[in-house]
Amino acid sequence: MESLWPRIEPLLARVTKPARYVGGELGARCPDHHPDRVAWLLVYPDTYEIGLPNQGLQILYEILNERPDAFAERSYAPWVDMEAAMRQAGVPLFSLENFAPAGEFDVMAFNLSAELVYTNVLNLIDLAGVPVHAAERAADDPLVVVGGHGAFNPEPLADVIDAAVLGDGEEVVGEITETVAAWRRGEVTVPGADPRSRETVLRALAMVPGVYVPWCYEAEYAAGPPLPGAGAGVARLVGTRPRFPETPERVEKRTIADLGAWPYPKEQLVPLIEVVHDRLNVEVFRGCTRGCRFCQAGMVTRPVRERPAAQVRTMVAAGLARTGYDEVALTSLSTADYSGIEETVTGVMDDPACGRVSVSLPSLRVDAFTVGTAAQIQRARRTGLTFAPEGGTWRMRQVINKLITEADLYAAVEAAFSQGWRKVKLYFLTGLPTETDEDTLGIVTLAAKCVEIGRRYHSAPTVTASVGGFVPKPHTPFQWFGQNTVEELTRKVNLLRDASRGIRGLTLRWHDPRASAAEGLVSRGDRRIGAVIERVWRAGGTFQEWSECFDLDRWLAALEAEGLSLDDTVHRHRTEDEALPWDHLSAGLHRDFLYQDWRDALAEVGLEDCRWTPCYDCGACTGYGVEHVVASAVPPAGGSQGTGQDLASGGAVPVRFLEVRGAAPAGAGTGR
Amino acid sequence: MRLRLRYTKLGRVRFIGQRDVARAWERALRRAGVPVAYSEGFSPRPRLGFGLALPTGGESLSEYVDVHLDPSSSYLAAGDAAPLGALLAPFLPQGIEVTAAVGIEGPVGSLQEEITSCSWLLSVEGLDPSTLQVAVHEAMSAADLPVTRERKGRLHEDDIRPSIRSLSMLPGPADVAGGSWGASGTVVAADLATRPRGVRPSELVAALATVAGADGVGLARVCRTRQWIEGDGARREPLAEPGHRDGDVTERTLERVP
Repeated sequence: MESLWPRIEPLLARVTKPARYVGGELGARCPDHHPDRVAWLLVYPDTYEIGLPNQGLQILYEILNERPDAFAERSYAPWVDMEAAMRQAGVPLFSLENFAPAGEFDVMAFNLSAELVYTNVLNLIDLAGVPVHAAERAADDPLVVVGGHGAFNPEPLADVIDAAVLGDGEEVVGEITETVAAWRRGEVTVPGADPRSRETVLRALAMVPGVYVPWCYEAEYAAGPPLPGAGAGVARLVGTRPRFPETPERVEKRTIADLGAWPYPKEQLVPLIEVVHDRLNVEVFRGCTRGCRFCQAGMVTRPVRERPAAQVRTMVAAGLARTGYDEVALTSLSTADYSGIEETVTGVMDDPACGRVSVSLPSLRVDAFTVGTAAQIQRARRTGLTFAPEGGTWRMRQVINKLITEADLYAAVEAAFSQGWRKVKLYFLTGLPTETDEDTLGIVTLAAKCVEIGRRYHSAPTVTASVGGFVPKPHTPFQWFGQNTVEELTRKVNLLRDASRGIRGLTLRWHDPRASAAEGLVSRGDRRIGAVIERVWRAGGTFQEWSECFDLDRWLAALEAEGLSLDDTVHRHRTEDEALPWDHLSAGLHRDFLYQDWRDALAEVGLEDCRWTPCYDCGACTGYGVEHVVASAVPPAGGSQGTGQDLASGGAVPVRFLEVRGAAPAGAGTGR
Repeated sequence: MRLRLRYTKLGRVRFIGQRDVARAWERALRRAGVPVAYSEGFSPRPRLGFGLALPTGGESLSEYVDVHLDPSSSYLAAGDAAPLGALLAPFLPQGIEVTAAVGIEGPVGSLQEEITSCSWLLSVEGLDPSTLQVAVHEAMSAADLPVTRERKGRLHEDDIRPSIRSLSMLPGPADVAGGSWGASGTVVAADLATRPRGVRPSELVAALATVAGADGVGLARVCRTRQWIEGDGARREPLAEPGHRDGDVTERTLERVP
């Protein structure tokens, strides 16, 4: 592949933040290209600063570059000024390692982290000089693959992508590599297809567990009976079925059984310019069983798999020495739940090899005990602390299964203010199922009480209540819920604004309800939404995650042009027997478990964390023969741990120890 | 105790800004085990002092950083800072290379305070050499050279002529770090004062374009070759490169200008 650098360099004097386009990070590889090796381009469809820290992309980057039969380079979405300069100069999308043209790679793999980046995916494929529609690609065009949480419903991109990968990517990227390499050598055959054709590789990839090839499935629509809330004669999805006998009816996600076997990234990238999460990041566990019903991440990443504490400490010490960072984040969906979190953080703080370091826990649990741990480790830079009660009243929190009592929250906030923090940030959702105005206004009541607590310790404490409009996600108990309209979300935001006016020390922030509408459209969209996304992109709608680029009118115009409406696609409640666009894709969760949990939500019944209580048979463990890997036989100490339970007798919960691949260090590797 | 380092910024790393250069230095010093002093207060930061910021995209043969050392450490007790370049080399981004190092004891002013002028190479696009040559002469013989600048959101007209110490066109590409530099445009060498108010290389090029009455003139590339401290009728560098006292790129190439 030729280097495009001589044509890129002259463009850089004219664009903002040119360092986005020059690579050169510590940890960046400069792989040798060889025609026998499968060439992967890992693309993050947002700016460099947002995409570079992405751990999923970095993990796959290392794993692929360690393979003798593959190599991987990276690319990020050029900002609009650079894109214009590139198009004008005829420079295609390029990699940051060898400045190689994106279109010459075998695989372009996109990370789908958020719905509003989908228009960027189309734009980047186009900027690579590759046909945007999968059906128009030739045998030597790259295969367009997507992964990440968005891949659990890739139907809106069904006509654009060649394949979607469900779940953990560590193992499956190797299998994809082998399939593509064998196809390039002409060694793959499927009935009735030319071995060198694109059809052959697509049908072969569809047989790799965890890989979904939309082209191998037919989505059937019928003008069925009108459903509640929808007009008559609207086409309805009947089901999505395989077109070939060898294609599986249902694609199951991939799950790595033991996080300890995958100590990646070993050489985290250290960028030359400041990016988000600019620090060493060490993943301490994957999965979450708190069971928050709105949370797709918690549902699709089950079961919980902890990294052995000794490995965490090694990765932290080695990572700090290698990178020169003075801050490390222990990452997961709820890091305070990590077994032995205290020993781990004090071990890092007291290790002379780690030097002057601050440890951050990006996702705090709401209780005083957690704040105590945070106080211990954030010896310096004690600026702000964030909690996520999500719902304004106990009733609301039972509906969403975020079982935090008011006592938990106030104790946490009191602990924070009393231990030196002056700013507390609270995350809430609005537009939740069954939400009444009383629930909405409970947000202000809670936040105002927190300001009051702060006044006992500081003259001018600040509490920021950050409110997001709820967007129902696939593979969650709320996937059947009809999302609030823009008008309704705006009304709720205005209720909150009125109620919080005049409360000194309380700041209210909210997510744009119009952006929530577009997110909702894509989140649970079927294949017909693909045409809407394409229209928005063709009308210039890139970087829709960025408020300065987002315009709901473009989305509405595109919907209308396709004969679709927000009422039918976003705001309508789904029925129990209705076919959902992702029914043929499995995150391991039984549909009847999800539906029961949805009924429980409507009945305001909470469900306890299954790490320390009997199994509910959600399907995530039993279906794949994997288990929770948790080092502690008892729930962590202090408060109700966000479970709303009395945990005084925590030691009695039924947990049994599990050997992890026979090689677990002492103290690690227990589960049920 | 302070450590004064002279370093280059060449190649792709020129696209990173001053703040990010500072962060790269913090990480490199930490990795090399240099005991850096930290500031006091709520949010302690490593105490590093840089000279005048280079425009993003600009290259340099003469950047400086003062590293304040932890007073409790006996680092540099032996007195010789010269090996630091080799020690730091593996931890710095490609293109940033330490070319001289010295320990400084006692009250020496900060780089920001001391530097009075800088020598630059500018590769100018959009003007043919003969037009540029005339513009250089006219600019130097002009009584004033007004440029429009934005300060605090308002447009001001400033005269930059007093800040231009010398200006000349080179007959061809310059020699920077052993390579041909600026071949895509016509190379101009300039000495520009940094006070009372400094002149940016881009402002000088804008002034030359105005003098020549030409549109579409641009600065293809810029390189700071020297920084100067002036006093008592003489000028010196904050820290000269060992063995390179006579190897000044600007002065050597200037000799060839007719």
